[in-house]
Amino acid sequence: MRLPTPPLPKALRRSPPRPGENDRRNGGGGGGPATKPTAKDQAVEGVAGVVGWLDERTGASPFLRGFLYRKVPKGTNWFYTLGSATLFAFLSQAVTGVFLAMYYEPDPTRAYESASRITNEVFLGEFVRGMHRWGSTVMIILIFLHMGRTFFFGAYKYPRELNWVIGVVLLVLVLLMGLTGYLLPFDQRSFWATVVAVNLNASGPIVGPYLADFLRVGSEFGPTTIARFYSLHMLLVPGLIIALIGAHLYLVAKLGTTAPPWLKAEKKDLLREEV
Amino acid sequence: MADSPEKFDSKSRYTEGRGIAGAWEGETVTRRRLMEGTALAAGGIATMAFALPGLGFALGPIFEDTNPTRWQDVGPTDDFNDESYVPRVINIDPEIGDAGKTTVYVRKFNRDIDKVIKGQDIQPYVVISTRCAHLGCPVRYIQASQKFVCPCHGGVYDSQGKVQGGPPVRPLDRFYTRVTGGRVEVGDRFSLNSELERFAPRDPSNHLDGLWQYIYPSRPTT
Repeated sequence: MRLPTPPLPKALRRSPPRPGENDRRNGGGGGGPATKPTAKDQAVEGVAGVVGWLDERTGASPFLRGFLYRKVPKGTNWFYTLGSATLFAFLSQAVTGVFLAMYYEPDPTRAYESASRITNEVFLGEFVRGMHRWGSTVMIILIFLHMGRTFFFGAYKYPRELNWVIGVVLLVLVLLMGLTGYLLPFDQRSFWATVVAVNLNASGPIVGPYLADFLRVGSEFGPTTIARFYSLHMLLVPGLIIALIGAHLYLVAKLGTTAPPWLKAEKKDLLREEV
Repeated sequence: MADSPEKFDSKSRYTEGRGIAGAWEGETVTRRRLMEGTALAAGGIATMAFALPGLGFALGPIFEDTNPTRWQDVGPTDDFNDESYVPRVINIDPEIGDAGKTTVYVRKFNRDIDKVIKGQDIQPYVVISTRCAHLGCPVRYIQASQKFVCPCHGGVYDSQGKVQGGPPVRPLDRFYTRVTGGRVEVGDRFSLNSELERFAPRDPSNHLDGLWQYIYPSRPTT
């Protein structure tokens, strides 16, 4: 039985046997002289075999082909990469964050020391912490550029309104990441910025005071405030972000991207073609 | 059991009457519906079984008193007078090191300056919190101008802690005081409205005057 071709680059695909060549796929023993497979042939065949094995059991290749090799409209340009750039900024935050969590201690008496230990003593600590710290700013800038691209290209219009809404929720969640992450170094700036930010939440009518007590774990900044911010920062909010990024990407793949607005003139050609 | 299609009634109460294959006499809910309902209910109960305790665990601090009263010694009565403020450091939360400390300004109660509110007992000492009533930055008392000023957004309070300018919405909070064995002790925080009437402690930014006060409820524990 022939398997469906997995979506592999051409170089990795097994080429069909040339006339006269020994076709190993059919058990060999053809007319031609038996040649020994080269190391490259074996490697290619091994990779193709593994990919084929997985594909036969998951049926992933039609999905992946649709997702990765989907058609994009004419006029697609570099502005369309801002979403991917944001995604990679998020991945960078996730990876550096996971590693920072290996050295960080979310305790009011240890937080500052562990953070400065990361910067001053841990190998590459300053670099990884710096990536996370500056990466957060880069990510928010990229989000706004991505949002601006969507707005100015009119890509939020029907049928993509839901994706705009998901994107706005993602923006709010990322800002929440910035807010909760700001406390963690626990220096003077972190502490007072968080005091002010929590009190800003308290200024909301009716629910404000309760929200502030939830964030602060009580009426005053206490021993578990950092732990709560840490938990929000590395578990709850990232989990929601990952889930919503999944939904965001699904809708992008499902609905496709829009052509830039300046390509309207080509509509005529399209009409003529259809007639 | 119905034997001819004419007898079926799609609106019948009984599955038998609706002509569903394998129906029992008197059965009103199909077995498929029952299984669906049971599966949904079981899933719902299982989800609630972890979600509700988890939520209560996370939201608990809103409904409990996280700062039990602790009376803190700030010095002998001789240290303080009834005319000017003496700064003292108290511990709001002893478990978190320096972050739990805050400055208060202590002055003896002065019948000439301090207002006596009807129905509210007099505190022997006026202990003013340095937590700005705007967003909680630390205010500082300037002796020369006899004002409390906030470094963050320019809040200004007079020597009573009443708002004189800037964004703060109510006077500076104070603390309960008592004198034990010749030493001044500082207890719980309380908030005040613009008439210096005492209220349960609120967060900065919460109004205590006019209609505004009704959109900022006090804590369930106070």
